Amino acid sequence: MQKKRAYSFPDEVLEHVFSFIQSGKDRNAVSMVCKSWYEIERWCRRKVFIGNCYAVSPKMVIKRFPEVRSIELKGKPHFADFNLVPDGWGGYVLPWIVEMAGAYPWLEEIRLKRMVVTDESLELIAKSFKNFKVLVLFSCEGFSTDGLAAIAAGCKNLRELDLRESDVDDLSGHWLTHFPETCTSLVSLNISCLGSDEVSFSALERLVGRCPNLRSLRLNRAVSLDKIANILCLAPQLVDFGTGNYTTELQPDVLSNLTAAFSSCKELKSLSGFWDVVPAYLPALYPVCSRLTSLNLSYATIHSPEIIKLVSHCPSLQRLLVLDYIEDSGLEALASSCKDLQELRVFPSDPFGVEPNVSLTEKGLVSVSLGCPKLQSVLYFCRQMTNAALVTIAQNCPNFTRFRLCIIEPKTADYLTGEPLDVGFGAIVEHCKDLRRLSLSGLLTDRVFEYIGTYAKKLEMLSVAFAGDSDLGLHHVLSGCESLRKLEIRDCPFGDKAILANAAKLETMRSLWMSSCTVSFGACKLLGQKMHRLNVEVIDETEPPCSRLESCPVDKLYVYRSISGPRSDMPPFVWTMDEEGDNNSNQKDFFFLDMFVRNNHYISNSL
Amino acid sequence: MENTSAYQNDLNLKATELRLGLPGTTDEETAVPGVRNNKRPLQEVAAAADEKCGANGKSAPPSKAQIVGWPPVQSYRKNNLPAKKPETEAGIYVKVSMDGAPYLRKIDLRVYKGYSELLQALENMFKFTAGEYSEREGYKGSDYAPTYEDKDGDWMLAGDVPWQMFITSCKRLRIMKGSEARGLGYGTV
Repeated sequence: MQKKRAYSFPDEVLEHVFSFIQSGKDRNAVSMVCKSWYEIERWCRRKVFIGNCYAVSPKMVIKRFPEVRSIELKGKPHFADFNLVPDGWGGYVLPWIVEMAGAYPWLEEIRLKRMVVTDESLELIAKSFKNFKVLVLFSCEGFSTDGLAAIAAGCKNLRELDLRESDVDDLSGHWLTHFPETCTSLVSLNISCLGSDEVSFSALERLVGRCPNLRSLRLNRAVSLDKIANILCLAPQLVDFGTGNYTTELQPDVLSNLTAAFSSCKELKSLSGFWDVVPAYLPALYPVCSRLTSLNLSYATIHSPEIIKLVSHCPSLQRLLVLDYIEDSGLEALASSCKDLQELRVFPSDPFGVEPNVSLTEKGLVSVSLGCPKLQSVLYFCRQMTNAALVTIAQNCPNFTRFRLCIIEPKTADYLTGEPLDVGFGAIVEHCKDLRRLSLSGLLTDRVFEYIGTYAKKLEMLSVAFAGDSDLGLHHVLSGCESLRKLEIRDCPFGDKAILANAAKLETMRSLWMSSCTVSFGACKLLGQKMHRLNVEVIDETEPPCSRLESCPVDKLYVYRSISGPRSDMPPFVWTMDEEGDNNSNQKDFFFLDMFVRNNHYISNSL
Repeated sequence: MENTSAYQNDLNLKATELRLGLPGTTDEETAVPGVRNNKRPLQEVAAAADEKCGANGKSAPPSKAQIVGWPPVQSYRKNNLPAKKPETEAGIYVKVSMDGAPYLRKIDLRVYKGYSELLQALENMFKFTAGEYSEREGYKGSDYAPTYEDKDGDWMLAGDVPWQMFITSCKRLRIMKGSEARGLGYGTV
């Protein structure tokens, strides 16, 4: 028998093998083995993930991957969630839809995060893709229920419509009536972000009733509790359910109807919603609690005793989102009831209050770290912390992959010792060898960054605020964190030296955000001039950076790698630093007019 | 700028001023002529905060200047924050007069959960005591009786009908004094 060498397999065989490789990372690796594998792989890649919509152009993607069926795009930087990115910065999806409409007629899935989506884009999607199945708009904005109506009417095989956390111009609830009677394919519908008071409930009921494969349904706040029993009876096969507001006039049969309805849902594993909770109706959930793996109570204004009662019925809980009303006592109860807990998020009920309104401290988190050995992901808002607590938590939970701690008052020290929290966070990065995401808070010196640079070798995303003493801090991170992809910094004394010394590092990352730091305009220009594969964007809404000295710090800096060069859709308050200096093709003539409209005081200052 | 000086030229500002305080809170005795006083802006804000809290019987600390985007809570979460019920209904503002008082007040009936809260607010506002209410005898033990004009134009004693019915039918309030009050059912022998 002749010995066959690996690369003499026919392409079809390799393609078949590659079809088992789903992960984008692995696919990228496969494509780099040799030229023929690159070619074969690119023709059979069906799913593309683009973490920054400005890193590459639609034409480039289409050219390399001609047969894509599923695309995921992310737009604005993460700090846009906290209003740090001005409106109009960018992240428009329309150019992508336009290109894909021509090139990918068989496109089935579009997933977008933090992008600006217009009704025009939605109409184009509905018109262009005959087999369109999945639309996920995560934290998007710019569209209205009219666009949704177009999707409902035009996409005959729609399976998923998920609008999570998007800002939708809710013109009317009647868009739901645009789903034709023939639409029975829905598997997932998430309209929890819709604000209107009227949801066309009868249309919703009919839709739910005729979609036997519906697994996930998340209603919006407008849907009142008395309507839920009906919906659940129409869809007992639900796995994931989001209630509307969990309140109604106290009537005897509502509770019993609701309990019966929940009992009929034998597959239900995940619950959310719970706006305006009336605790008397929580026992309706008891029939499903033993099977619950995910519970989102982060809108529920119930207090510790009620939370404890509910949570103690949920021994299978893996994921809990809750307000800090749970308090330390509730977290202790959680730690003893929910041994399978993997993810915990505790949100502040009164983020702007000066004094604590609840008894939630570092002790609660310590209890959970002690009682829940599988804990991997934490988001915790609190008002006090100690190094000792952080060290204990780190030792209890070496498996952390995500640790985000937000001590509400900036620069809060260890309240027992008065020291910075460097040692505490240092323990986290030292013990948690698989840590991928970290958010810092409290009083922190350059030392914490030394620890991070030394130990956090798997860290991919770091968020820093009001921390550090000097450029050395930033340098530690940029030079030490080998896996770093995203770095976002605000209000830290980090300047030019660290960035310029580590310019090459920035090309290995997706993006760097720095606002209210001390990076000078001159350094930005230099970075833009020298690094051709970086887009260096300076954002300043008050006045153009070139009107000041080169040594003046810029307000906001966003640096990201890109193979498509500077973008052409920048608003007047964004400048790209490149070989030709600071540029914004959109702003030369319009700049002063626009600035006049935006900032009257700028003009008066210059008079 | 022009508006302020014209405003300050008006007489009797305090009675007509729009205040941040809830009805029933004590007036600032120091003559702060109104929201537009440029001289004491910080105290005005603090005073308004105190007035707000005074009605609830506890003092909340002033909220401090907020840093943009901090703490990092997404806006949809902030909008969903509890503590305040969604104000989907417009306020029901009615005029309140008291016999012998020089000018009227206006209150928002939606702010109160029931008669006892309303009476307490009126008592604070006009410095009187209403006496104890009973269905049989009306307000016993006081020279004053809280009355209201209903949709039909009749003057009724406040407290007889359920609260929700009251606030939707009340057009104005009048705190009657003396013999007129007694005629409405008070102190029948």
